Amino acid sequence: MATSVRAASDGRAPAGWRTKLFRLDTKASPYAYIAPFFLCFAAFGLFPLIYTGWLSLNRVQLGTSAHWVGFQNYTDLWDNQFFWTALRNTFTLGLISTVPQLMMALGLAHLLNYKLRARGFFRVAVLAPYATSIAAASLVFVQLFNPDYGMINQFLGHVGIDPVEWSSSKWPAQIAISSIVTWRWTGYNALIYLAAMQAVPADLYEAAALDGASRWRQFISVTIPSIRPTIFFTIIVSTIGATQLFGEPLIYGGNSSSGGSAHQYQTLSLYMYDKGWQVGELGQASAVAWVMLLILLLIGAVQLFVLRTNNRRKLGG
Amino acid sequence: MRTSGRTRKAAVIAVAGLAACATLITGCSSDSKDSGSGDGGKSSANEKITLHIGDFGSFGYDDKTGAKLFSEYHALHPNITIVEDNVSDSGAYWNSLKLHLTQNSGLDDIQAIEIGFVANATQPQYASKFVDFKTVKGFNAGDWLDYKEKEATTTDGKIIGVGTDVGPTAICYRKDLFQQAGLPTDRDKVAALWAGDWSKFVDVGKQFKAKAPAGVAFTDSASGLFNAVLASQTQQYTDDSGKLIYDTSTGVQTAWNLSAQAVQEGLTAKLQQFDANNTWSAAFKTNKFATLACPSWMIGQVADNSGPANKGKWDIAQPPQAGNWGGSFLAVPKSGKHVAEATALAQWLTAAPQEVKVFQKFGNIPSNKAALSDPAVLNTTNDYFPGTPVGKIFTATANDIKPAPIGPNDSLVKDTITQNGLLDMEQRGTSKDKAWSNVQAQVKDKVGE
Repeated sequence: MATSVRAASDGRAPAGWRTKLFRLDTKASPYAYIAPFFLCFAAFGLFPLIYTGWLSLNRVQLGTSAHWVGFQNYTDLWDNQFFWTALRNTFTLGLISTVPQLMMALGLAHLLNYKLRARGFFRVAVLAPYATSIAAASLVFVQLFNPDYGMINQFLGHVGIDPVEWSSSKWPAQIAISSIVTWRWTGYNALIYLAAMQAVPADLYEAAALDGASRWRQFISVTIPSIRPTIFFTIIVSTIGATQLFGEPLIYGGNSSSGGSAHQYQTLSLYMYDKGWQVGELGQASAVAWVMLLILLLIGAVQLFVLRTNNRRKLGG
Repeated sequence: MRTSGRTRKAAVIAVAGLAACATLITGCSSDSKDSGSGDGGKSSANEKITLHIGDFGSFGYDDKTGAKLFSEYHALHPNITIVEDNVSDSGAYWNSLKLHLTQNSGLDDIQAIEIGFVANATQPQYASKFVDFKTVKGFNAGDWLDYKEKEATTTDGKIIGVGTDVGPTAICYRKDLFQQAGLPTDRDKVAALWAGDWSKFVDVGKQFKAKAPAGVAFTDSASGLFNAVLASQTQQYTDDSGKLIYDTSTGVQTAWNLSAQAVQEGLTAKLQQFDANNTWSAAFKTNKFATLACPSWMIGQVADNSGPANKGKWDIAQPPQAGNWGGSFLAVPKSGKHVAEATALAQWLTAAPQEVKVFQKFGNIPSNKAALSDPAVLNTTNDYFPGTPVGKIFTATANDIKPAPIGPNDSLVKDTITQNGLLDMEQRGTSKDKAWSNVQAQVKDKVGE
């Protein structure tokens, strides 16, 4: 191996430190370049993950030392009605925010993909909500959805609908929170879809148009199949986001981690925060964190499985 | 051989790179606290130092809106500059303080502690981090109201904080709305309606409701009523031994039953105090309710929320029974660089003359006995309540307060009862029994007993 390298260096003066240094550079430098990431990951990603896992097997309160309880924190969760409520809420909130959000993003991206005036402006405009902070957006929505004097109930009043209890009733509250999420993330996803759509070869559309396919038909039969991997990506990212939903319900409930008077919108993250910081039971909070991770892995596995079988069917057919 | 040598060098460089990065990452964490000598006693009197005081909400010390105590202290001690690290939310403040305490870092020279958390702070894992005022020269616990300093005392007798204000609770009421409902408006006659018993207060509510103007509830919230009733009980959430007894406590039962009754009779405006939606604060302006349990710090809220248009419509009456709702302490973490100076400052801030100044400027009722009986406090009035002897009403209540033992889980149980149980009954119509069993289930989940 050393010989071949020497030959490659064009038979110049025997090897010397220059070549060694060069070799060292090519071999070692990449590791040095990527080292900061892995170091940061180890410090802020891997270590907390493992430490949380260890904490979840202990009974530990803030400021006191831990003692080992094995899987008791997990079995406690299993028997805990509030955990199940939080899990259900996380699921329903995730569903009613992610599904409409991605559908709307797809539609928006399709529209933005047309040749239209001031396209650049619209593209920036759809991203504007994403640039807003969660806190600011949530505070505005809290005002809009105020049951007593909020704009939404006033508007409903004008069209003859009784005021809706946007915070104390379960579904209205969840819909209100999901609207914050949808508002913030639709544009972001739309831009991702738009980028993918622009990579779709134009001749596919031309061919489809020659075959007499309408715009809608083209969207369904050309666009969607072409950007399938991108859609899959956004579904995974949105699922992760939905499982970790925290800021919106926290601020919607007025910085209370109980998620409404009857926990009607307490998510898993809020429940974890409640356990960890309000109550100070770090072990139980860690167990919730790990359950969230396991749920995400499970959902990810299911999604991957669905995609695989789908692709196989496509290829087979 | 050469190959392995190369690999080793590569490894050396990689490790060096890693080490450099590691230094970058961890570099900022360790050096700040080590340079000082640790005990403030050694530093000379002329050394220029900055004392940080961490607090929440409004303590009324600052130079902008408060009693200008920081600049006054600076004039007395030119070498000392005071910086206030203030956050608005006392709960968030305590959450970060307990984290700093467990890590023994990021602490200010003085840390304020709210009464709702002081029982937590006296637990061994936190109490050991604070200066014991009993060992401090010139400190006399008897200078403060007995119940006040008792609350900051640990089971083994250490005193971890000096008392700032207390929260004697009276009743704020709307004279115009009382008149429209055919009730007396004079504050002594109003107080006589419910003197001695909170259940009479609910009865007055029924009378009010019978003739009340449309859309006006008797009181703002079940939680406000609950807190006021509970504050006047000698048995609250915790017994003398520090055990949580909320579900058998007569005080909690009294407060729960009365506020549940008020909800069922439709006497509350179904509001949540200090809610983020601002529905509560907006309801002051739109005349949604006629009474409000008023700890001394609440009168500022009444004035701000009701606005100039309602000036002169509110008055303050003695409560059925005296209770304490709120108040804080100043504690000095041992890990500070200037412990001696910080302790001296905490004593100065809570000494009678300073507590009087804060009260006059800001309305926080002193916990220092000498300040409480100071004529300047007794004769204080408030512009927003023309003719109301604010100082007399609150000092009288403060002196009547009968203390109850408090425990580390009190604020957790209180939040569960007021923000979940009572609010659930008010806003979602949950039955009293169901709401109570929900409260029990939640407390069990949180406290885990």
